[in-house]
Amino acid sequence: MNRFIAPLAFALATLPLAAAAQDKMTPVNDPTTLTDCTECHMAFPAGFLPARSWEAVMAGLKDHFGENATISEANRLTITAYLVANATDSGAVSARTASRILRNVTDSMTPLRISDLPWWKNEHDGEVSKAEWERAKSPANCAACHRDAARGYFED
Amino acid sequence: MRRLAFTLAALCAAAPAAFAQDANDTSAAALISKFAAEAGITADAETGKAFFLATQSGGGADTPSCSSCHTADPKATGMARTGKEIAPMALSVNPKRFTDTAFVDKWFGRNCDSVLGRECTATEKANVLAYFASI
Repeated sequence: MNRFIAPLAFALATLPLAAAAQDKMTPVNDPTTLTDCTECHMAFPAGFLPARSWEAVMAGLKDHFGENATISEANRLTITAYLVANATDSGAVSARTASRILRNVTDSMTPLRISDLPWWKNEHDGEVSKAEWERAKSPANCAACHRDAARGYFED
Repeated sequence: MRRLAFTLAALCAAAPAAFAQDANDTSAAALISKFAAEAGITADAETGKAFFLATQSGGGADTPSCSSCHTADPKATGMARTGKEIAPMALSVNPKRFTDTAFVDKWFGRNCDSVLGRECTATEKANVLAYFASI
């Protein structure tokens, strides 16, 4: 009996850790968002940024991190609504996950990049080698290392 | 069941439209003629090549030239700053190029602004397309 209990107890003990690590995040499932965003980069899951961040990003597509990424106004509104409704602080992710992703992000801060989040930096700093960054070219290129990123899997 | 089959059929029919450059409503030759006529010039591939390779000013700091992302060789696969690959521009290696009016207009609009901080002129468009069609 003990033979079974030990692995079971271990599995249960590690479960909250795995669940807290944001290894799985609901991928974008809105067709307009998928089509327009993936022209240049993967459609980042809406749950990785708070609503105010998505609003700011979608209001500034003419200078989207140094590039003009203008889309039709109809699509811009559709995508903004989807991202805001599924943002970190919109109840689309668990309160536990939200507090982890937004750790050290105050209400007065509007991070524009997922890679600007202290949580994200903590996950990647020291863990990703220089060679790996050179291969990926950009922190926007999640799938360079997280092969199933497009399906929402971000395990190491 | 019938509704499911219908939905699946509709999805399959709609799927190709979601991908770029499938309109097949124009060609490089037609676009070159159109832009050249608009500009009142004869398109020149060599001038287009110089434009493509030139270091411009007025655009974004990270994108000083068309070749910043497309590389200096239009037959090569380029790379956006995000790490995403860009299919070759040369018609000889990528015949799907310049077959979708909306796609061409959208990317000239975005990328001319990123590189030059303005729209490209009809002259510039005619010449650079002539270059891509010539190699």
